[in-house]
Amino acid sequence: MLKAENITVSFGRREVLHDVSFAAKPGALTAIVGPNGSGKTTLLKAMIGEVAHGGTVRLNDVDIARAKPWELAAMRGVLPQATPLAFPFTVAEVVRLGLMNGTSGGKTQLVPAALARVGLGGYAARYYQELSGGEQQRVQLARVLTQVWEPTQDGAPRWLFLDEPVSALDIGHQLLVMQIARDFADAGGGVVAVMHDLNLTAMYADEVALISDGRVLAQGASEAVFTDDLLSKAYHCRVQVNTTPRSGTFLLPHVAQAGAA
Amino acid sequence: MAYAGVSSAADATEGDRSQTAHRLTYVLLGVLAVAMLASLAIGASGTSLWQALWDVARGAELSLRDRVVLFDIRLPRTLMAAAVGAALAVSGAMMQGLFRNPLADPGLIGVSAGAGFGAIVAIVLGGMLPLALSDALGYCLVPVAAFLGSWATTLILYRVSTRKGRTSVATMLLAGIGLGALTGAVSGILIYIADDAQLRTLTFWGMGSVAGATWSKFWTAVPLIAAAILTIPFIARGLNGLALGEAAASHMGIDVQRTKNVAILAVAAAVGAAVAVSGGIGFVGIVVPHLLRLAVGPDHTYLLRNSALLGAALLLVADIISRMIIAPAELPIGIIMAVIGGPFFLWILLRRRGIVDM
Repeated sequence: MLKAENITVSFGRREVLHDVSFAAKPGALTAIVGPNGSGKTTLLKAMIGEVAHGGTVRLNDVDIARAKPWELAAMRGVLPQATPLAFPFTVAEVVRLGLMNGTSGGKTQLVPAALARVGLGGYAARYYQELSGGEQQRVQLARVLTQVWEPTQDGAPRWLFLDEPVSALDIGHQLLVMQIARDFADAGGGVVAVMHDLNLTAMYADEVALISDGRVLAQGASEAVFTDDLLSKAYHCRVQVNTTPRSGTFLLPHVAQAGAA
Repeated sequence: MAYAGVSSAADATEGDRSQTAHRLTYVLLGVLAVAMLASLAIGASGTSLWQALWDVARGAELSLRDRVVLFDIRLPRTLMAAAVGAALAVSGAMMQGLFRNPLADPGLIGVSAGAGFGAIVAIVLGGMLPLALSDALGYCLVPVAAFLGSWATTLILYRVSTRKGRTSVATMLLAGIGLGALTGAVSGILIYIADDAQLRTLTFWGMGSVAGATWSKFWTAVPLIAAAILTIPFIARGLNGLALGEAAASHMGIDVQRTKNVAILAVAAAVGAAVAVSGGIGFVGIVVPHLLRLAVGPDHTYLLRNSALLGAALLLVADIISRMIIAPAELPIGIIMAVIGGPFFLWILLRRRGIVDM
């Protein structure tokens, strides 16, 4: 269980998150959506201890403010939006960094397995710095996967925190990465992902938290959150939610003419 | 079930250069041994190491002259050159890991200048210390002062140039220039008020040389250098994590603050000790780690220890050249390293152009 309560974050004098509470269950993919600058990435960063915040965050009943980095690393992996690298590591060497925390320790066979999982088999000896942005992002995902390879450990769920995991990817790889997150959740792990693409979110997420202006506008099953009214209110434009009869998932075409609310 | 286990038959070590890097350590140990023997064997006097070894092997007594040349001149010089080379190369590699930039070198960004400032303060103002304190520190006064100088410089540089785990190279270099100007000015004032004896000491010290090596100098520098080298196993993993940034390192389970503190102290100790006994010798800290990264990759587990070995060997070779090139006179080793390192540095800059935004 991930429980964030009364999270407040300020940058300088400007408060960007106002008393936000958020929860995510293991075995589910929980997406955080909202317009640019709404505070969704800040909320994620507060929950992984990356920005100073008021309130408490408990992950598997551990107060993350008191946990040691290696204790947290054994429980959860974090995929940042982009990771520039200072030195000429090969792809395999970057992924191997995920084995450092000791829980996956020394299992070098995870490296090619993780690379194959993200569709980068055969890339092991390439230089990370020479890859495209989307490829780099998948290398980082492979690194995070090696860190928390088993979605549960001794009955306790492990967690993936993904910050816009598909933002640099083509549609094929978007589906691949979302499916990896889906599988992780289906196997008992917890996934929290900041998402921009509402269609992908609708297709893969169990739960959605809709953030707007530093507040949670709605949180719940995606069918309950993805309504014309809520989305239009959050994104300040007219949005229409449709369902396709074939798959049951719903699509959100950009129907609105600008300003015609 | 994709997560149940790993059935992949793919080669687990493909693209992973750690085994090569590990084996390179043994090669470098051999190179270092050869360089040390050469350094013991070559010198201005006619003393032959091989003859002396043969004499000892036969059980014959060594002449006083040979004993002095080998044990009081060449041996401390050899060991000190090796220690200083190791210190400079390791501190360069650590600093680059810490700043996440392959161009961070203690000599370039003013850490050596900070150490030099500490040393000058100690030489000029050391006499003003309470007698009890200066007696207690004795020969260690200059290295300890140099250590404090480089520590303060490193701390200030890191604070100034790092925001949110990202180091701005421009800020780092400019801050180094600013600090260098400041320490240079104060050093200038100190040199101005120094007496003749102190000036002589300063001049010889500042030439960047291991020529004046004595056992007492060696023993004052070695504890600090050894302490720095002994931190390698404790921070190598942390520096690997830092290559991805402070936040990512922390998420991988690294105690980032501790890694940074230990690395800064180790850099300060190594640079302080090296500068205190040898003046400023540049470029070792940038040439050695760069070559090793090219050859076997940037994994600090191997990079740091290989840097120590290659740095020691490189400085020994440079010292041998400095003794031979205009024999019987000597060229300061700092000049040799600048001649090798300057063009090398420009080459790195050219290579990086277009690959990475500096």
